[in-house]
Amino acid sequence: MAPPPTPLAKLENITFWYEDASSAPPVLENVDLTIEAGEFLGIIGPNGGGKTTLLRILLGQCTPQRGTVQVMGARPEKARARIGYVPQVGAVDPSVPATAFDVVLMGRLSRTPWGFRYGSEHKDAAHEALRLTGTESYTHRPISSLSGGQRQRVLIARALAADARLLLLDEPTTGVDLSRKRDLLDLLHRLNERMTIVMVSHDVHVVCHHLRRIALVNRTLSLYSPGAITPEDFVKTFLGVCNFHADTAGPAGLGVREAGVAAE
Amino acid sequence: MIDFFRDMSSNPFLLTGLLAGLLASVACGIVGPYVVTRRIVFLAAAIAHMAVGGVGAAIFAATMFPGTFGWLAPIHGAAISSVAGAVLLSIVHHRVREQLDTLIGALWAIGMAIGIVLIKFTPGYHTELMSYLFGNIVFVSPGDVWLMAGIDLVIVVVALLYHKRFLALCLDAEQAQLQGIGLLSTNMVLLVLVALTVICLTQVVGLILVIALLSLPAATASRFVPRLAGIIWVSIALNAFLTVIPRAAVYGLPVSPEPAIVIAAAAVYVLATVARFLRPRGR
Repeated sequence: MAPPPTPLAKLENITFWYEDASSAPPVLENVDLTIEAGEFLGIIGPNGGGKTTLLRILLGQCTPQRGTVQVMGARPEKARARIGYVPQVGAVDPSVPATAFDVVLMGRLSRTPWGFRYGSEHKDAAHEALRLTGTESYTHRPISSLSGGQRQRVLIARALAADARLLLLDEPTTGVDLSRKRDLLDLLHRLNERMTIVMVSHDVHVVCHHLRRIALVNRTLSLYSPGAITPEDFVKTFLGVCNFHADTAGPAGLGVREAGVAAE
Repeated sequence: MIDFFRDMSSNPFLLTGLLAGLLASVACGIVGPYVVTRRIVFLAAAIAHMAVGGVGAAIFAATMFPGTFGWLAPIHGAAISSVAGAVLLSIVHHRVREQLDTLIGALWAIGMAIGIVLIKFTPGYHTELMSYLFGNIVFVSPGDVWLMAGIDLVIVVVALLYHKRFLALCLDAEQAQLQGIGLLSTNMVLLVLVALTVICLTQVVGLILVIALLSLPAATASRFVPRLAGIIWVSIALNAFLTVIPRAAVYGLPVSPEPAIVIAAAAVYVLATVARFLRPRGR
C-alpha cells in the first residue's frame, strides 16, 4: 500500500482529564504525536500514565478537552471503521457460546449490522483473516477451548477482518509465554507490511528490541528510537519517575527479561 | 398421558393449552439463550415481577372505572408494565454500573408490592391475580392464543434482524460499540423481547415461574451446543417438549401442570449438567 501524503494519525497539543476526577491532574498533558503510515509504534509507560487513554483518544472513545486529533484525515469517530482494536485478552467473554469464526466475523459487523447471518463475502474475509494470523485450525473451535495466546491471535484476526489500516493493540503480550510472545511479534511485523501498528505494552524488552519507534507516556509523551536507548536506560529513566522495578535475574542480552511496573 | 391426547378432540381447552405451550416455546426458546448468554437472568426476572404491578393496576382500573377502563384486561396491564419496565431497566443498566443488583431487587419488589396493594384496594375477590402469578395453562382462551402468536411473530422478526448485534453484545460490548452498534438501543430491544416473552409465559407457567423456562432450557442446551444459533434451535425444541409432555403426564392427576413443567425443566437441566460433568474432557 503506497503511503498517503498526510500522516495516518496526528495528535496536536492534547490535554485530557476524566470528568469525574476534574480536581486530579490531567491524564495526558500537551501531548503531540504523529503516526506515519506503515510505522510500528510502541507505547510504554507506568500504570495510570495514560497509555490506554491515548488509545481511547485514537479510537474516539475519549475526546480531549484541548488539542486536535485527526485519524486518516478525519475525526477519530469517522475513521473507526478502518481502525482495528485488539483489546486485552479478558475483553472477550470466553463463556459465550461462540467459535473463533464467530469472533472474527464480528469484525465485519459495521458493514452488515442487520440480519441473522453474515454473507459469503464477509465469511471469506473472516477466513482470510484467520489464515493470515495462522489460526485457521481454530476456526470451528469454541472460544472457551482456546488458550489466552490463541484467543489473542483470534482478536488480531478480528481486527484484520475489519480491513483495518491502523491496528491498535492493548497489552498483547500480557500473560503470553516467551516463545508465543516471539511468534506474536513475528506475526505483527508481518502484518506491519500491510498496516500501521500501535502497540501498548508494559514489556520494556519487547518494545526496545522489536520496535522501530517508542513513545514513553507518563502524562506527557516523549519519543525514542530503539538505537538511542537500551531497556536498561529505560528502566533507569523510569526509576526516578515512576517506581519501575526491573527483574535483572535473567542472562543479559537475551532480550527477554521482564520489567514489572508497580502501580503508582 | 394417552388420555390427554385422546381427550383433546372433545375438550377444546386442552388444544388451546397445547397451542399456548408451543407458542410460548418459540418465544422463550429464542429469547432465553440471549438472556442466559448475556447474563441478564435477574433483569428478566425483575421484568416479570414488575408485570405483577401491571396486572394489579389493570384489575383495579377496570373494576373502579368500568366506564373508562372496562375493556382493560389484566394481560394488557402486564404487557404495558413489563415493556415499560424493560425500557426503564435498559436505561438503568446503561447508566448505572454500580449497585445494579440493588436496583434490580428494588424494582422487582416494588412491582410486586404495587400489584398486591392495588388488588387489596379493589372491591370483590379476584382470582385473576393468582392465575397470573402461578399460570393457568388449563384455561387459555383463543384470544390469548392469538396474542401469543402475534408476540411470536414480533420476536422471530426482531431476532432475525438483531441476532448478529445480540451476539456481538454478549461477546464484547466495547467492540460492538466501535463497530457502530448502539449499546443502549440494542439492550433495550433485547429487554423488550424479554418483556414480550414474559407475557407469553404468563399463560403457561405464571409470572413467578417465568424465569425457569427462560433460563433452564437455554442453559441445558448450552451444555452441549457450542454456538448461540444452535442453542436457540435446541432450546425451542426443549421448551416444546417441556410444555407438552409434563402437562400431559399429570393430566387427570391431582397435580398442577404449571409447577410440573418447571420441575421437569429443572430435572432436565440437572441431568444435562451431570451428563456434561461425567463426559470425558476434551473434544
